[in-house]
Amino acid sequence: MKKVKAIVYVRLKDEVLDPQGKTIALAMENMGYKEFGAVRSGRFFELECDSFPELQNRIDEICTKLLSNPVIETYRVEMVS
Amino acid sequence: MKFGVVTFPGSNCDYDAYTAAKFTLNQEAEFLWHKSESLANSDVIILPGGFSYGDYLRSGAIARFSPIMKAVVKFAEAGGVVIGICNGFQILLECGLLPGALIRNSHLRFACKYTYLKVEDHSTIFTSDCPVGQPLKIPIAHGDGNYYNFQADLKDLKNNGQILFTYADANGQNSNGSNPNGSLLDIAGITNRDGNVLGMMPHPERAVEKILGSDDGLHIFNSLVTHFEKRPARAG
Repeated sequence: MKKVKAIVYVRLKDEVLDPQGKTIALAMENMGYKEFGAVRSGRFFELECDSFPELQNRIDEICTKLLSNPVIETYRVEMVS
Repeated sequence: MKFGVVTFPGSNCDYDAYTAAKFTLNQEAEFLWHKSESLANSDVIILPGGFSYGDYLRSGAIARFSPIMKAVVKFAEAGGVVIGICNGFQILLECGLLPGALIRNSHLRFACKYTYLKVEDHSTIFTSDCPVGQPLKIPIAHGDGNYYNFQADLKDLKNNGQILFTYADANGQNSNGSNPNGSLLDIAGITNRDGNVLGMMPHPERAVEKILGSDDGLHIFNSLVTHFEKRPARAG
């Protein structure tokens, strides 16, 4: 069985206010990094498992049920062998 | 009547809720461990405040998968009365019994202070005993209390009369500066469409005796007691 790693990136939707990102942007500006406009924050997860045919569906399930809240967040999955 | 108070790992307002029910209201009350699958014949289930599962992932995101939540969802869907306070509200949103989400306070700080709540509807089982034309003085204590939902769903909430409490000033008016966390439409508490599930960020169980600074929270609990006293007693 081939070992794979799914990297799941979860972030707030564009229309949802991201106070953390905003505060980080403000700190960057105060530090003199004025060339960066907006900052959006997020988090990522690494899921390791053996590859199997239904894997993509299983990952989508866990992403919508647990790892992200579809009301406020979106996710993106990257597969690494 | 009987209150069932759920304890999740990390709940810290369960004793406050239990004490309010048992000793202030003189009603039956029982703690329900999150691993239990029985609600012990409770009339009202309280999901208390706290930091269930350390608020890991998102507030309430892990607690909604606790074994007892299956029973709570089934109970609520059959018309059972459920109140989620603070973290309990977050859990109700995560499990889908209430619509929307609670995100980080817009100013990023933990907010711990008294707020005034405008009661938007006095005809519900949660508010029938609330005085008309007078806000409720009830404290908040949260970092993730900023209510968010899609514009269309906000409209639905409003049109269906599901917005029960909004942040207001001491005169009971929604005004600039009375919203402590950035909540859309000044939302402090909402119900489901059927009106049997309430989620609210402020803590009525911390405002049940004058010595605590306010006893306005009693109006909410008394409304429920009135509701259940009018109802015929349970068989058996």
